[in-house]
Amino acid sequence: MEWVNAILQGVLIGGLYALFAAGLSLIFGVMRLVNIAHGDMIVAAAYLALVVVQATGLHPLASAVIVVPLMAVLGYAMQRLLLNPTIGQDLLSPLLVTFGISVILQNGLLVAFTADSRRLAAGSIETASFHLAPGISLGVLPLVIFAASVLVILGLELIFYRTSLGRAFRATSDDPEIAQLMKLDRNHVFGMAMALSAAVVAIAGIFLAIRTNFDPSAGPARLIFGFEAVIIGGLGNLWGTLAGGVVLGVAQAIGAQISPGWQILAGHLVFFLVLALKPRGLFPRMD
Amino acid sequence: MAAAFQIERSTRTSRVTALVSLVLLVVLIAAPWWAGRANMRLLGEIYSFVALATLWNLMAGYAGLVSVGQQAFVGFGGYALFAFAMFLGVHPLVAVPLAGVAGALIALPIAPLLFRLQGAYFAIGTWVLAEVFRLSFAQVSSLGGGSGTSLPAGVVTGMAADRALREMAIYWTALAIAVVAVAYVIALLRSRAGLALTALRDSEIASESLGIDIWRTKLTVYVTVAGLTAMTGAMIFLQKLRISPDAAFSVNDWTAYVIFIAVIGGIGTIEGPIVGTILFFLLRETLADLGTTYLMVLGAVAILVMLRAPKGLWGWVSQRTGVTLVPVRRRVVFRD
Repeated sequence: MEWVNAILQGVLIGGLYALFAAGLSLIFGVMRLVNIAHGDMIVAAAYLALVVVQATGLHPLASAVIVVPLMAVLGYAMQRLLLNPTIGQDLLSPLLVTFGISVILQNGLLVAFTADSRRLAAGSIETASFHLAPGISLGVLPLVIFAASVLVILGLELIFYRTSLGRAFRATSDDPEIAQLMKLDRNHVFGMAMALSAAVVAIAGIFLAIRTNFDPSAGPARLIFGFEAVIIGGLGNLWGTLAGGVVLGVAQAIGAQISPGWQILAGHLVFFLVLALKPRGLFPRMD
Repeated sequence: MAAAFQIERSTRTSRVTALVSLVLLVVLIAAPWWAGRANMRLLGEIYSFVALATLWNLMAGYAGLVSVGQQAFVGFGGYALFAFAMFLGVHPLVAVPLAGVAGALIALPIAPLLFRLQGAYFAIGTWVLAEVFRLSFAQVSSLGGGSGTSLPAGVVTGMAADRALREMAIYWTALAIAVVAVAYVIALLRSRAGLALTALRDSEIASESLGIDIWRTKLTVYVTVAGLTAMTGAMIFLQKLRISPDAAFSVNDWTAYVIFIAVIGGIGTIEGPIVGTILFFLLRETLADLGTTYLMVLGAVAILVMLRAPKGLWGWVSQRTGVTLVPVRRRVVFRD
């Protein structure tokens, strides 16, 4: 029973990892950019939620009304001002710019909020749970997070395949130059992709803030989990990303059952195992 | 009939540079007689960063392998040194090159895995690898587990008769590693493999069609860089005499700083990492009092350089003046 319980919790935390990963997957799909600052943006969103909750007294989940649009605008500005000028043939420049952004975010948060770890109190939802069977209970909050990640991925799929913005994303991703000939403003399309990614980051940040303790140096680990979920699931496949997050979460849960020191290590080892056996991920996209 | 042209590589400037470097090297070798203890330590640290930045630059600037996980090999080298010295009783100075060999050997099976990842995804893959190393070494209780361990006093005193001699030996080893790293990169770039690398960097598809074995060239670079990085890591922790998983596998210390150095100095040049290291230490010595803000300044400087002068300081200078101090390409010179 202990094992069944561990695996179920692993599946649920996989939803949070999928949220970390979805934004990463999205911008990689549109502009082949890997955002090294992604994890730090998630942590920055968590702090933003903290500030909003403290200032307005809103429930943490309701703070999304302010945090999500704000992060989207910041993401758009970051893309237009810092990243677009470096995007082209060379992948080194944009990578290094996001690396610089990551260092600035981490140390900026450290200056503003100190190194103390923080948490967002969300009231009764934190402890509420369903009792399934003896020894097995599912928390309401992890279920909410998992449901949110399914909804976010569903939403992203709809945007990608049902809207004109999604069409612009796909066209620019297929061939940026031809897309530009079709009067698509590449800079704006990239900006919108980063805005959308930052909106997902905001949701991930709020859930992170409620679910665990966070501090200014918590970003890189979130980036690595998100990245692993993307690769395990298969590049460019959003539902695969969810599956990747679940695989990672279960691997960590099983590792933790063996020994506490093995939790994160087990996730990394499964990542390398998938890389060795199925280099294109478990659910590679047809192309 | 004699050919009307010849192929040359050295220029007047490069011959002068070689001479100046030689003189500078003699001066640096003599440092124990003119520099104080603190300055020797600082110089030793500078040498480590020259080596790390030069090696990182070879991978990123020439082979297109952007790694943000080089701390994997710095830490591995450090731990290998401690293990060799503590468990096998190897003399620490002998353990330094041995740690390098161990680093290259461990990189050999890892490279094929990482090479399945392209571009930026390769970058984060290397980071995951470094995390695997960090978490694994934290499990080894005979090396102090998560809290680390110090090099036993017996090992340290057994290195040389007294403290001054020991510091001199360590200083020269650090200098030797920096020289070996720079010399290796220059020699590699001037060789056949170097030509292949430059072609690879310019166009992977075109060079493959000319019969260049991309995979083997990248593997050679990755494995040799891993070995030399591990050797540098062994050196760094021989100077510190203490190691812990967090210090050994710190992404800030062994990769972020190194990337800043290469970016600010100029990626894809021999001179860049050296210019960058000097600049980095100047910044560090003047801004160290700012604490955390100093890191933000570094980040901002790196972004600014990337946006305004993507080839870095040295790239900017050499684009405007056409000066290359260490030429690796061949030029055709016509006789009249």
